[in-house]
Amino acid sequence: MSRYPGFDTLALHAGQAPDTATGARAVPIYATTSFCFEDSEHAASLFNMERAGHVYSRISNPTVAVLEERVAALERGVGAIATASGQAALHLAIATLMGAGSHIVASRALYGGSHNLLAYTLRRFGIETTFVDPRDLDAWRAAIRPATRLLFGETLGNPGLDVLDVPAASALAHAHGLPLLVDSTFTTPYLMQPAELGADLVYHSATKFIGGHGVAIGGVLVDSGRFDWRSSGKFDVLTRPYEGFHGMTFADESTVAPFLLRARREGLRDFGACMSAHTAFLLLQGLETLPLRMARHVENARKVVAFLAAHPQIESIAYPELPSHPDQRLAQRLLPKGCGAVFSFNLKGSRAAGRRFVESLQVFSHLANVGDAKSLVIHPASTTHFRVPDDELSAAGITQGTIRLSIGLEDPADLLDDLGRALKAASRVA
Amino acid sequence: MDLGTPGRRIYAYTGGKPFDSTLPCVVFIHGAQHDHSVWILQSRYLAHHGCAVLALDLPGHGRSDGPAASSVEAIAERVAAALEPLTSPRLLLVGHSMGSLIALEVARRLPARVAGVALLATASPMGVSDALLAATRSDPAAAMDMINVWSHSPVIAPFAVRPGNPAPGFNVVWQNLRLMQRTASVNGSEVLPTDFAACNSYNGAVAAARALQCPALFILGARDQMTPPKAARSLIEACAQPQVVTLPATGHTLMAENPDGVRRALHEFTQRVFAGVTA
Repeated sequence: MSRYPGFDTLALHAGQAPDTATGARAVPIYATTSFCFEDSEHAASLFNMERAGHVYSRISNPTVAVLEERVAALERGVGAIATASGQAALHLAIATLMGAGSHIVASRALYGGSHNLLAYTLRRFGIETTFVDPRDLDAWRAAIRPATRLLFGETLGNPGLDVLDVPAASALAHAHGLPLLVDSTFTTPYLMQPAELGADLVYHSATKFIGGHGVAIGGVLVDSGRFDWRSSGKFDVLTRPYEGFHGMTFADESTVAPFLLRARREGLRDFGACMSAHTAFLLLQGLETLPLRMARHVENARKVVAFLAAHPQIESIAYPELPSHPDQRLAQRLLPKGCGAVFSFNLKGSRAAGRRFVESLQVFSHLANVGDAKSLVIHPASTTHFRVPDDELSAAGITQGTIRLSIGLEDPADLLDDLGRALKAASRVA
Repeated sequence: MDLGTPGRRIYAYTGGKPFDSTLPCVVFIHGAQHDHSVWILQSRYLAHHGCAVLALDLPGHGRSDGPAASSVEAIAERVAAALEPLTSPRLLLVGHSMGSLIALEVARRLPARVAGVALLATASPMGVSDALLAATRSDPAAAMDMINVWSHSPVIAPFAVRPGNPAPGFNVVWQNLRLMQRTASVNGSEVLPTDFAACNSYNGAVAAARALQCPALFILGARDQMTPPKAARSLIEACAQPQVVTLPATGHTLMAENPDGVRRALHEFTQRVFAGVTA
């Protein structure tokens, strides 16, 4: 090849060649728990990581591997691990890097589930998190402690679409010998390749735009291969022998991918939050059209944003392409293809008006998901962020009147008609 | 483990086992802008199949003391000096690309110790275009992209290596790029131009091949765009005991694109050249 294959080509081909046994062009679903060894010697060499291959589908599976390698190709990562969900990907990253006594600095503009994991669940296991304003680099810096092992944020914060300054956050992390993990679910590799901007680890809830059709739950954790775990001196888990896997020192085996080696050999083996072959197949069908879908998602989102921004019943709208958004200039720099298709707005009027609005929509579906081909709507304060205290809710830019939309691939005229009807219905509520 | 002397230390990965000096030893020598980790599967396999293993970081690369030496002969001097004190009964030198040229020169310096050489993705001459040589200094990022593209077989195949290297889920192409970038960040920007200039200026390969007193195995990639199989012809013809294995559908980074093919060829070769070797 005289140049790297383009993004659209990788989305269709990376990770897979036509099946040598049958000639099948589509990715076969390898619905098998386990794989036959050629002989005892072959078995031993697979278990000891002397040869590559599949042993048991919790650790790796040929169908799942296609998804992993395709997402890694699109993200320019050294590899990826598919997981049972986006939450499982976040947990795998954290559990691979640290244990009790460790500390994380995280953006406060997070998906509610991620906030729960960090603020409540991991604390029970001895891992503390300090939440900071994602735009305040001084706050990130001040929160770093000797026990800190990770900086974490979302490329587009949920639900206010705070744009994470990935180059600045990664520079800060690296200056402290720490990796930066980002949740890139809202941006997908089509809109942003965080590894190229300095992020060290990237994960997706593949349930959303990667799958794109609302049919399967899954996550993908990508290692950029950029972080120097040895030089950091903070990650004995990768630079010291691990009794749990043949005394292996992962950083001796691989200079650029020791994190992934341990995450697979320990994390999938012991925590077991793997992805099934059927799920990987479904997600791959979506991934093949990611570039086409994301372009249309963004195009439709821009039309809806313009409609709402001009509507008298809308108090405010958070979309980074608007001059009113504090991250507009940053978005122009980091997200030149667009700011995605999930955003929130505040409706004028009472909480009842908001309820009437949501319930009056007919094309938009009222449910707890984003990134579907179909347009979706939800009221974060009573659903995704239900357990987040009011002060933290407010700090994350969410009010009782905030409504989140995920713009799908329908005819945009139908979306605008639907929103117009629902706004009219809401206006009749006192 | 470390070889050499203080200030001239050469790091060697031993394949996940303590080094056993009573066993015949396979010495892996990486190519330009790389380190020991390019041999991850082959070195680990042989270390668990009857051989001692030393997968080197060349001077000025990875964890070894620098600077990177400016000629193939100078690198070989450093490597030979580090290997010379070993008490291993015999050595098999395995070199990839630039490392294959170094292996030939080390064999020339330690003829009584070397039981065989395995030359992967080799060529004579190993010329580098003026444009690439210039880019290694003027625009290293572009040069590394250029090298990475030409280091793999054409188009999409290297993005679909089965069952993956070193395991399913890994991407061969971006691993290679990140390793080159890591070498630049850890060892400095001089390594890239120094390595490629060393390859370009070396013209002793045919003479070194002719001087070999041991069997030589050539492992070549049928779709190698950097050192195509025909570029190894003069070396093959110069060897008294050549064996050639051409791996189908494989590019220049054949240890990553075809790890099983390389492992199989090397394992068979160790059994041949180490047959009857005892401490």
